[in-house]
Amino acid sequence: MSSETIMTVPHVNQKKPSSLFNILRKMWDLKLGMMGGVIIVGMLICAVGAHLIAPFDPYEQDIMERLLPPSFLEGGSAKHLLGTDSVGRDTLSRIIYGTRISLIVGISAVLIQVVIGVFLGLFAGYYGGKTDSAISFMVNVMMGFPFILLAMSLVAVIGPSLQNIIFALGITGWPVFTRVTRVETIKLKECEFVLCAKTLAFSTMRILLKHILPNILPSILVLGTVEIARAIIRESLLSFLGLGIQPPTPSWGMMLAEGRDYMLSEWWLAALPGFAIFLSALGINLLGDAIRDIVDPHMRKS
Amino acid sequence: MIQNYTDSILAVRGLKKYFPIKTGVLKKTTGFVRAVDDISFILRRGETLGVVGESGCGKSTVARCLMKLYDITEGAIYFNGKNIANFNDSKLLEYRMMVQMIFQDPYASLNPRMRVKDIIGEAIRVHGLSKNRSWKEDVKDLLNNVGLRESHMARYPHEFSGGQRQRIGIARALAMKPKLIIADEPVSALDVSIQAQIINLLDRLKADFGLSYLIIAHDLAVVEHISDRIIVMYLGNIMETASDKDLYNQPAHPYTRALLNAIPDVGKKQKGNRRMLIKGDVPSPINPPSGCCFHTRCPDMFSLCSREKPKMVEISKNHWVSCLKYKR
Repeated sequence: MSSETIMTVPHVNQKKPSSLFNILRKMWDLKLGMMGGVIIVGMLICAVGAHLIAPFDPYEQDIMERLLPPSFLEGGSAKHLLGTDSVGRDTLSRIIYGTRISLIVGISAVLIQVVIGVFLGLFAGYYGGKTDSAISFMVNVMMGFPFILLAMSLVAVIGPSLQNIIFALGITGWPVFTRVTRVETIKLKECEFVLCAKTLAFSTMRILLKHILPNILPSILVLGTVEIARAIIRESLLSFLGLGIQPPTPSWGMMLAEGRDYMLSEWWLAALPGFAIFLSALGINLLGDAIRDIVDPHMRKS
Repeated sequence: MIQNYTDSILAVRGLKKYFPIKTGVLKKTTGFVRAVDDISFILRRGETLGVVGESGCGKSTVARCLMKLYDITEGAIYFNGKNIANFNDSKLLEYRMMVQMIFQDPYASLNPRMRVKDIIGEAIRVHGLSKNRSWKEDVKDLLNNVGLRESHMARYPHEFSGGQRQRIGIARALAMKPKLIIADEPVSALDVSIQAQIINLLDRLKADFGLSYLIIAHDLAVVEHISDRIIVMYLGNIMETASDKDLYNQPAHPYTRALLNAIPDVGKKQKGNRRMLIKGDVPSPINPPSGCCFHTRCPDMFSLCSREKPKMVEISKNHWVSCLKYKR
C-alpha cells in the first residue's frame, strides 16, 4: 500500500449538507398539515355549531341594512362583521351556515364515489380481460362526458335538492377512483404477497379486501380529500347555476351567484364566499397530504 | 425417465408453459415465450430436490405452475399420483394445505400493512387449523420454530431485516402444515451470512415437520448442502439431473460444468487450466435455438448439436443427461 492512500483520506463532514434543509422542510410539512387540520376543525365546528356561532339568523332580512360593507372596510359596522347582502342578511352567518351544506355535500358525495369507484377498480384490475375492458370503457365514457352537462341533466330530471345534488355528484365523480384503484390493483396482484394469499387458498373477496385494498387505501385517502374539495367546488358551481341548493338555504356557490350582480360595486359579496370555498379546499388538500404521511407505516415509526 | 411414482410425492410429466405474446390493436398472438418447454421429473417423499439454472431459464415458472398460480400449457402434474388439473375446489384446498411456497423476495412477499401475527395466523384462522386453542398460540409456536420471538407478533414487516422476513415467510408456509414446500430462490435476496442460517433452518424444519422440498436457486453453492438430488435447467429444458454427489464429482453436461466453474472459491489457488466460463447471455425463449438449446454457448459444440434435439440419457444410475455427446 502506498503512503498516499493513507494521507489523502479527506476529512468528511459528517453532517449531510441538506440536513438543516430537511429539518426545516419537515417542520414546514408538519405546519402545513397542522394548518389544514386547523381549517378543517374550524369548518367542522362551524358546521356542527352553526346555530350557536352565527351572530344572526341566516334567513333574517333587514332591508334597512342591506349591502353593508364588511367592518374592516370604510362604511362597515361592527354589528355585521362581514357586511350584509342585497336583502340585508348577515354574510358571516350565511357563510357559517354554508359550511354545513358544503361539508355534507362534499363528504357524502365522495363516499358514494369511493364505494362505486373502488369496487369497480378492484374488479377491473384483478380480473382483467373482459371485465376490465367493460369497466374501463365505462370509465372512459364517463370521463369523456362533460361533467357539467351530465350533472345538469341529472339534476334537471330528478329535481334540485340536497340529496339529489349529492347523488348527482356521487354518480358522476367515481371514474377517478376506478382509474387509480385499477392501476394499483394491477400492480399489486403480481406482487408476491398476493400470489402467496392465493397459495394459502384465500377467497378472492378476502384477497381483494384484506390484501389489496389496505395497500391502496393511502392513495384513495389522498385522492378522496382532493375529491371532497372538488365536490365542494362543484356543488358551488351547480348552486351558482341555480341547479344546486335552492334559495334561501345558504350555500357558498349560491352566495357567489347572488354576489355576481354587485361585482363591480360591492365586490365582497362574491369575494367572501369565494374565499370560503378556496380556504376549505386548501385546508382539505393540506390535511390530505398530512394524512398520507401518517397512514403510511413506513413513515409512522421513523 | 420416470419408472415408478409409488414413492413420489410429486411427479411432473412433459410440463410446458408458453406465455403468448400479444401485439397490435387486436391483441393477436404473434408468438410464445417458451418459459418451460417439456420437462419431466419426480420428487420423492422426504427428498430435497434442488433446481438450478441461470435467470430466465424457467425455474420460477415451474414453481408457479406447481402452485397452480399459472395454468399449464401442456403436460401434467401428479400429486400423490393424482393429476392436480382435475382437482375440484375442496381437493384444491387440500392440495394447497399440503403444498406451500416460500417466495423469493422477502420484501415483496409480506403484506406491508399486516402485523406478523396476522400474516402467519390468517391461514390458521380462515381455515380453522388450530385445534382446541387460540390461533395465537399456534403463531407463537411457529415463531419459535423459525427462530423468532413472541414479542415480534405485533410488529409490521418493515421492522425486520431480510433474513427475519424470510423466517416469517417460512412460518407462514408452515402454518398450513404442509408436506411439500416449494422454495423459489429462498435465499437469493439475502446476505451470504444469512443465507447459511436460512438454509440450516430449512434443513432442521425438514426433519422436525417431515417435509419434502423443491428448492430453486440460481447458484449451485446454495443447493449443494441441502439437496439430495439436483436438476439443472437451461432455457426451459432439463439439462442434467443427478444425485448431489454425482453432480458435483462427475458433472456430465457442459452447462453443469460451467455452472460449477462459476462458483467463486476464495483463497484457493486455481490449479492447472483456467476456469471454463461460458460467454454471452441466455438466448431468447421466444426463438429458442434449434437442436440442443445450449449449442449456441456450448464449448463442446459439434455439428450435430444445432440439428438434433438431445434426449435424456442415463449415463450411470439415476444420473440423466440431455446431451448429444452421450447419445447411444
